Amino acid sequence: MQYFLDAENVNFSYMNDAEEPPVRTEVLKNVSLRVEKGEFLAVLGHNGSGKSTLAKCFNAINLPDSGTVTVAGLRTDDENNLLPIRRTAGMVFQNPDNQIVATIVEEDVAFALENLGVEPKEIRRRVDEALKTVGMYEYRMHAPHKLSGGQKQRVAIAGILAMNPDCILLDEPTAMLDPRGRKEVMDTVKRLNREQGVTIVLITHYMEEAAQADRIAIIDGGEVLMDGTPKSIFSQVETMKHLGLDVPQVTELAWRLRKDGFDIPADIITEEECVQAIAALLEKGR
Amino acid sequence: MLKDITLGQYLPGTSPVHKLDPRVKLVLTVEFIVMLFCAKNMWAIGVGALFCIISFALSGVPASLMVKSLKPIVPLVLITSVLNLFFVRTGDVLWKWKVLQITTEGRDTALFMIARIVLLIIGSSLLTYTTSPIDLTDAIENLLSPLKKLKVPVHELAMMMTIALRFIPTLIEETDKIMNAQKARGSELDTGSFADKVRGMVPIFIPLFVSSFRRAEELATAMECRCYHGGEGRTRMKQLHTTYRDLIAAIYTTLFFGGIIALNVLIK
Ligand SMILES: Nc1ncnc2c1ncn2[C@@H]1O[C@H](COP(=O)(O)OP(=O)(O)OP(=O)(O)O)[C@@H](O)[C@H]1O
Ligand SMILES: [Mg+2]
Repeated sequence: MQYFLDAENVNFSYMNDAEEPPVRTEVLKNVSLRVEKGEFLAVLGHNGSGKSTLAKCFNAINLPDSGTVTVAGLRTDDENNLLPIRRTAGMVFQNPDNQIVATIVEEDVAFALENLGVEPKEIRRRVDEALKTVGMYEYRMHAPHKLSGGQKQRVAIAGILAMNPDCILLDEPTAMLDPRGRKEVMDTVKRLNREQGVTIVLITHYMEEAAQADRIAIIDGGEVLMDGTPKSIFSQVETMKHLGLDVPQVTELAWRLRKDGFDIPADIITEEECVQAIAALLEKGR
Repeated sequence: MLKDITLGQYLPGTSPVHKLDPRVKLVLTVEFIVMLFCAKNMWAIGVGALFCIISFALSGVPASLMVKSLKPIVPLVLITSVLNLFFVRTGDVLWKWKVLQITTEGRDTALFMIARIVLLIIGSSLLTYTTSPIDLTDAIENLLSPLKKLKVPVHELAMMMTIALRFIPTLIEETDKIMNAQKARGSELDTGSFADKVRGMVPIFIPLFVSSFRRAEELATAMECRCYHGGEGRTRMKQLHTTYRDLIAAIYTTLFFGGIIALNVLIK
């Protein structure tokens, strides 16, 4: 069976030629990761574990030293596949300031389509559509530097959306945003996934965001250590702590209550579940 | 404080001058400059002035701005007029003191030069007041595109302009942040001798450079992710259109040009 995103035994290292002798940093070690079409995958791992490096392998910015990466059946090591792959798997980065190219919002959203040589009329249509999808249509004539962080990031997402990608890779898109901007971006991402079936790969340090995914992959030291549903991953609180990662606050709460002898499920990851479980506990205690 | 800097002097609006195709506006501005240099006497310059006044009135740009745009050239105007006033020695002597003298011709040339410089600046500021920098960049790219055949990297230059325009506000904001950060660490940027101030700039520019390089690298990756592969096969969402307005503007400008030539010939 062909997977939509498929990394097989990928090894990747950065070469630093500036130093003598050249320094080689091995980042990805025999990584295999598959994502199905329409899936929402969250990738967790601490700083320097290789998450960004892996994401860049999925749109042919990084080419593996060995192993293969295919996107919708296209191999990333074939030059001719470059544009089709980047059109299929768009990427959004952490700092919105460093990915917006133009001085007017709508011109920036049009950038990718202009590069692809799309007809001006069609560009206009798709730019408007993308801006409406992320709720930034009223701001189309604004200068990007006058927008809030969350708005800029949504413009960046619109710039990718305009290409009609089947997949969006987001590399810590909410890391520089305030809670409100974070919610705006997460709501947009979830809506795209649910309503338009866009495959999402979300790299994040926020466990609450990861809990909303269909699946979580944990990367540590350039290897995929764990891969499973949010419930199955977060219920292993001790393993996560051992890896230096957090679990959602409610999971932690439930875990502590369990340790103190309360009868509460181990796989609580959302607030509602937590509220219900505690209410049930109180009910029983009465 | 630095954040309030606006780029260029574009004044958004919907006047007939704003609505002209930026390419046409650029060409007509050049035509106007040529026109000023063709004008041989005060009457011809007067026609140029009339052209300026009518265009300004049509654009709806406040006259105060027109005066403001002239401020930086005051020294230039002064120097030119003083030079012309004292060094033109032909004509009737009006005033004399030792070696210095002013002649009628000196006076006329000085006035003529002042009028020419002032009109030159007013005319070209009208272009920048009514055209956004990005439209101007597009116009330049479009007009220069025949040079691509001569291997002039027209698209690349325009792209560089666009990115510079986009990043100047960001970098200004960043400079502001770094300055505040250094002030918080006790560096005194506003006091001391000139040498001290220059030395104080070093800890501001080094972090700024480092972060600019990082930004540039990230931007390059982001552009690649959005399928950027140079100017080849690229289309533009906004197409530049010439309309009847542009035709009218061209006729109007050329009529004035004709007027100037006629006055040159008629009045010796
Ligand atoms: N361009 C590069 N050249 C050399 N080494 C690099 C480069 N980019 C990243 N690295 C190194 O590769 C390793 C993995 O980096 P990567 O950016 O993939 O980590 P990450 O998991 O995304 O971390 P973070 O959570 O901080 O974003 C790090 O040790 C980093 O120093
Ligand atoms: Mg990263």
